[in-house]
Amino acid sequence: MNLYKADLHVHTCLSPCGDLDMSPRNIIQAAIQKGLDMIAITDHNSTRNVKTCLEIAEKENIFVVPGCEINTQEEVHCLAYFPDLEAISEFQKYLDRKLPEIENDPDLFGYQVAVDEDDRIIFEEKRSLYLGIRDDIENAANQVHALGGIFVPAHIDRLKNSIFSQLGFIPFDLKYDALEISKRHSVPEFLKMHPELQNARILRNSDAHQLEDIGTLTTFFRMPELNWIFFKSAFERNAFGSEILNRDSEIW
Amino acid sequence: MKTNLKKLAADLNFEPLSGINLPDRIPQSAYVSDLLSDVIGKAQPGMLWITSQVHKNIVAVASLKELSAIIVVNEREIDDEVVKHADEEGVVILSSHLPAFETAGKLYVYLNQAE
Repeated sequence: MNLYKADLHVHTCLSPCGDLDMSPRNIIQAAIQKGLDMIAITDHNSTRNVKTCLEIAEKENIFVVPGCEINTQEEVHCLAYFPDLEAISEFQKYLDRKLPEIENDPDLFGYQVAVDEDDRIIFEEKRSLYLGIRDDIENAANQVHALGGIFVPAHIDRLKNSIFSQLGFIPFDLKYDALEISKRHSVPEFLKMHPELQNARILRNSDAHQLEDIGTLTTFFRMPELNWIFFKSAFERNAFGSEILNRDSEIW
Repeated sequence: MKTNLKKLAADLNFEPLSGINLPDRIPQSAYVSDLLSDVIGKAQPGMLWITSQVHKNIVAVASLKELSAIIVVNEREIDDEVVKHADEEGVVILSSHLPAFETAGKLYVYLNQAE
């Protein structure tokens, strides 16, 4: 078994609030510099920069998980991770059906662009990616799982756009694979507030919107090898833990 | 004279989605919020709750806080499953065809007159 350091919540220049410096090329470079073995690309309500990230990562020694940060109808942010580009392209079709037809205002929210390996713009999303999609959190989770993906309510300790702020409590029949706690709380602090989640699988990620944020909060995965199959099974085996805990005794 | 839920719904043109035979509750003021965490923290028993959230957690929150009824604004579509759940829990859901501001405004005037 090996230990892999992961930051599974990284935005690109496609996200309305993502810095324009957050091109796939710069992100991969920064992630390698920070010593990360694995990152997930999770733009708001879009997956259109994932392909370029995967193409760049192929030539480098880093594993990129195709992903998305879905903003549901209840305005709950949820991370989704997918096995491959095929699943991503199916999920993009779902997003395209469910995105509200409301135009982005670049002056207020920034440009939403996908770029190629050389930072050249190949696509601009005109619809706002900032708003909730027209589907509820359970349906979004079902879509992700139907495509073989992993579903993780994001920054659940935040006072906005979190499952707790929007819905008061985690819906009893929601199927999720882990929960993400933001940098605002340590895991013990959070569990003190929510003892009912003592046995939950918890991810820590940076939620980077700028290059310098990448890798500032990470999760360690214990896997035989760096690939999707072992990554997915790590969620079933609970084979990951936060770096703030003692690696040998407390995580596993 | 205080008003009951049935008269209030009829007078203000709120359509009952659950609790068709409206229980004889006397609404005490109202609270407006779309954040369920905020409603759990701030709403008081007996209040009406004006919201645009339609997730089924609204039923549990209304039940927990013993609210008189949920008023969903803008004629937002609600899953049959949520309405069924509300009926089982004895939670009243009313539908307003007006946005939250107008719904709250009318209700404010009405409740104060009824006092």
